[in-house]
Amino acid sequence: MGSALMVEDVQLAPGIDSRAPKVCFFEECNKDSVPLVGGKCSSLGELINAGVRVPPGFALTTAGYGQFMRDAGIQDEVNGLLQGLDHDDMDKLETASRTIREMIESRPISIELEDLIAEAYRKLSVRCYLPAVPVAVRSSATAEDLPGASFAGQQDTYLWIRGIDDVMHYVRRCISSLYTARAIAYRIRMGFPHEQVAISVGVQKMANAYTAGVMFTLHPSTGDRSVIVIDSNFGFGESVVSGEVTPDNFVVNKVTLDIIDRTISTKTVCYTADLKLQRSVAMEVPVERQNIQSILDDEITELAWMAKKIEKHYGRPMDIEWAIDKNLPAGGNVFILQARPETIWSNRQKAPATTGATSAMDYIVSNLLVGKRLA
Amino acid sequence: MKFPVPHDVKGKTIPGTEGWERMYPYQYQFVTDDPQRNQYEKETFWFYDGLHYPEPLYPFDTIWDEAWYLALSQFNNRIFQVPPVRGVDHRIINGYVYISPVPVKDPEEIGKRVPNFMERAGYYYKNWDELEAKWKVKMEATIAELEALQIPRLPEIEDLRVVTDGVGESTAYHLIKNYDDLINLGIKCWQYHFEFLNLGYAAYVFFMDFTQKLFPSIPLQRVTQMISGIDVIMYKSDDELKELAKKAVALEVDDIVTGHREWTDVKAALQGRRHGDEWLAAFEKARYPWFNISSGTGWFHTDRSWNDNLNIPLDGIQTYISKLRTGVTIDRPMEAVRAERDRVTAEYRDLIDNDEDRKQFDELLGCARTVFPYVENHLFYVEHWFHSVFWNKMRDVAAVLQEHGLIAEIEDVWYLRRDEIKQALWDIVTAWATGVTPRGTATWPAEIEWRKGVMQKFREWAPPPAIGIAPEVIQEPFTIVLWGVTNSSLSAWASVQDVADPDTITEMKGFPASAGIVEGKARVCRSAEEIRDLQEGEILVAPTTSPSWAPAFAKIKACITDVGGVMSHAAIVCREYGMPAVVGTGHSTRVIKTGMTLRVDGSTGLVTIVQ
Repeated sequence: MGSALMVEDVQLAPGIDSRAPKVCFFEECNKDSVPLVGGKCSSLGELINAGVRVPPGFALTTAGYGQFMRDAGIQDEVNGLLQGLDHDDMDKLETASRTIREMIESRPISIELEDLIAEAYRKLSVRCYLPAVPVAVRSSATAEDLPGASFAGQQDTYLWIRGIDDVMHYVRRCISSLYTARAIAYRIRMGFPHEQVAISVGVQKMANAYTAGVMFTLHPSTGDRSVIVIDSNFGFGESVVSGEVTPDNFVVNKVTLDIIDRTISTKTVCYTADLKLQRSVAMEVPVERQNIQSILDDEITELAWMAKKIEKHYGRPMDIEWAIDKNLPAGGNVFILQARPETIWSNRQKAPATTGATSAMDYIVSNLLVGKRLA
Repeated sequence: MKFPVPHDVKGKTIPGTEGWERMYPYQYQFVTDDPQRNQYEKETFWFYDGLHYPEPLYPFDTIWDEAWYLALSQFNNRIFQVPPVRGVDHRIINGYVYISPVPVKDPEEIGKRVPNFMERAGYYYKNWDELEAKWKVKMEATIAELEALQIPRLPEIEDLRVVTDGVGESTAYHLIKNYDDLINLGIKCWQYHFEFLNLGYAAYVFFMDFTQKLFPSIPLQRVTQMISGIDVIMYKSDDELKELAKKAVALEVDDIVTGHREWTDVKAALQGRRHGDEWLAAFEKARYPWFNISSGTGWFHTDRSWNDNLNIPLDGIQTYISKLRTGVTIDRPMEAVRAERDRVTAEYRDLIDNDEDRKQFDELLGCARTVFPYVENHLFYVEHWFHSVFWNKMRDVAAVLQEHGLIAEIEDVWYLRRDEIKQALWDIVTAWATGVTPRGTATWPAEIEWRKGVMQKFREWAPPPAIGIAPEVIQEPFTIVLWGVTNSSLSAWASVQDVADPDTITEMKGFPASAGIVEGKARVCRSAEEIRDLQEGEILVAPTTSPSWAPAFAKIKACITDVGGVMSHAAIVCREYGMPAVVGTGHSTRVIKTGMTLRVDGSTGLVTIVQ
């Protein structure tokens, strides 16, 4: 079970051994790169290669992670601390987690690895025409989107990170998030050996989002595949993902791309970059904007168009994160930050809608008998 | 959602109309003196059929209501045996018609009806095209008979030929016989009207229903789009206007055709002009049968046909000429409509998860497309062609009544029921034969004057959209698709009903019938004559529209109607032209005033009065 989780498998996988790249850009990845760069980064690579507008970035690979652990010389100590833990004993788990995470976050990254990351970050900044480009540092677990294993949300994302020192710091924090008490307990319960678990870290150009959110290429409450449902709020998408606000909600017809339903909610909080502090902060949405639609109709249409394209590429319903950059002009400012297969409806066995009628006549009769509810 | 009790509504007689019930058939009355019927009426849900009766019904015009009351019900209940529904029951209050589908309540009886329905309706679906071809022959023969029917005037002395040929029959006999024939042709025509219609609607309803099961969020307009782009006779009249516009430009008489507002002036100006007579000949040729098109739904004597008022088709031709001059193509964009239909259908079909559902979808879609032409075309034959001729034959009958002093004006005849007219004709013929004065000269003129006053008071009354207790389920296919009766439409109607001052309303909900959002100035048109006032780019607000209104759609940028579902005329035409439409809003023409700025969202069905 969960073979993609194993470092050994990773190392044995074709093209991934001790000589596997420690750092690679998203466009070098595709859907087959999960063992090397985890689910999130591999899907970003897949999207870029499919022609979807994704903010550029690079990944510290699982090989890079392995190198870090070896260079830091803490692998044995970490394994020791994890020995004999019980997934129910939260106190012990917390203590072990804290010790391990402090260990990881305090160890320097080896010069060799740091050079690789710093060079990639410099190249990214050059590509974005920005000195020390603000980035999101996001963990990309190798197991996050596997059927039957839900690691979603167990690892961290850090927004609006600038400068190589901070990037390094948060790369280590992402790595250490592999050892949260919750993650450890989950692995014990599921029987995954700790020493064989790997993580990748994505470093992605931060979209300076005016508006952001999520969308599904089916109706999350009915499973209707003929619609795209979009949630949006001002600022970064965190407020939507975390459920901190009730976002605006739009239902778009997938075939014609017209907006067939819209619900504008009162949005009290949003996340945005504080340019003085150079970090992401929560702020109150100004009262006069709280009930204003947080995304333009044209942008809704463009998002839906992109979602349709992504779904077509993957051949199945998708769950997508997106953002609209406030520093870029319309026509090039809508970005996809992440796309993963939708799991809830897609894993459900749907009964056919037909009642087993074969001809139109049979269907008409059987349904005449039921009638049409006025509701 | 609460609606008033029928007997309470009926109980509040409008002062000065006491005794109005005698203007309508007795079985149309809500009653309180019969406990059983009273109970039935109280427990039943009645909705106001504003689609067909936006105005109170003239006593004579009740004929079509009676005709469809019989025809629809008999086909449902006695001919095809639709398992869970019998017919549609009718009542009248203050001249407004309320209807209610009658269910079969006993499950055992429903079960017994199933095999009959399978056999009978199944036969029609299977042999649809062949039976429809037969239908056309029957219908055209009925119309030919009607066109040939003469309403004779009573002579001072019968022609000598009656004696020399040994005819043995008088004009009086032929007058009453031909009146009966006229009425019977009307009733027969309405038998044909419903021969296929309910089965057609059933095919629609359940294609819609199945598609909505597959895609709960699919707008109905997208379902009907999958059945669009099929050529139908119903739009031929409008096409004739376009051809005449093109011909006028080609023959270089377009300036003369657009030079006058009145047809008589245009005709006079064309005569003797180069190519003028050629164009006039084309115009005359187009009139038969294509100008037998009503300016309304065709249901009322007040809906005059294009032949009766040639200014209406003239206005349409003028609109198209001005479009042609600005280089706009006036042909219905059928290729584009079909391409979009095929794309939409294919995309939805691809989204279906399993083969079984895909097969069912194909079957039902095929069936819906088979029935589509009939569902549209019967309107041309019955409501337009037949009715246009019929109303004028009735005016010939009225001329006889007028000559004998039973009515003052031709148009007074509509204040009499058809059985009262028969009686009046008997009065006339017997008095004529005898050589005395008909008794009716003393009774009818006064009665008609009184009825005119009553009708005026009826018009000032606002009928509640529904009365009685709303059911949870409706099985009658007609009721669902044509009137668009759903909980949301009913509650929307009810909420507007509750507002005392319509001026406080700024938002109205209707059926999202054709997608898109526009803002613009409103133009309220209550009849096809009024569409002459429409300005380019306005939003048309109408009680309901009919094919006579087609040229209006070349000018407007959105349409709103009081009554109608996703298959109504306005909905279909707007989808073809790709402009937003919101139909079945209930009260738009009452709330909206010409000149208001409106925002119309054809995707959500919301109409907002911006200013």
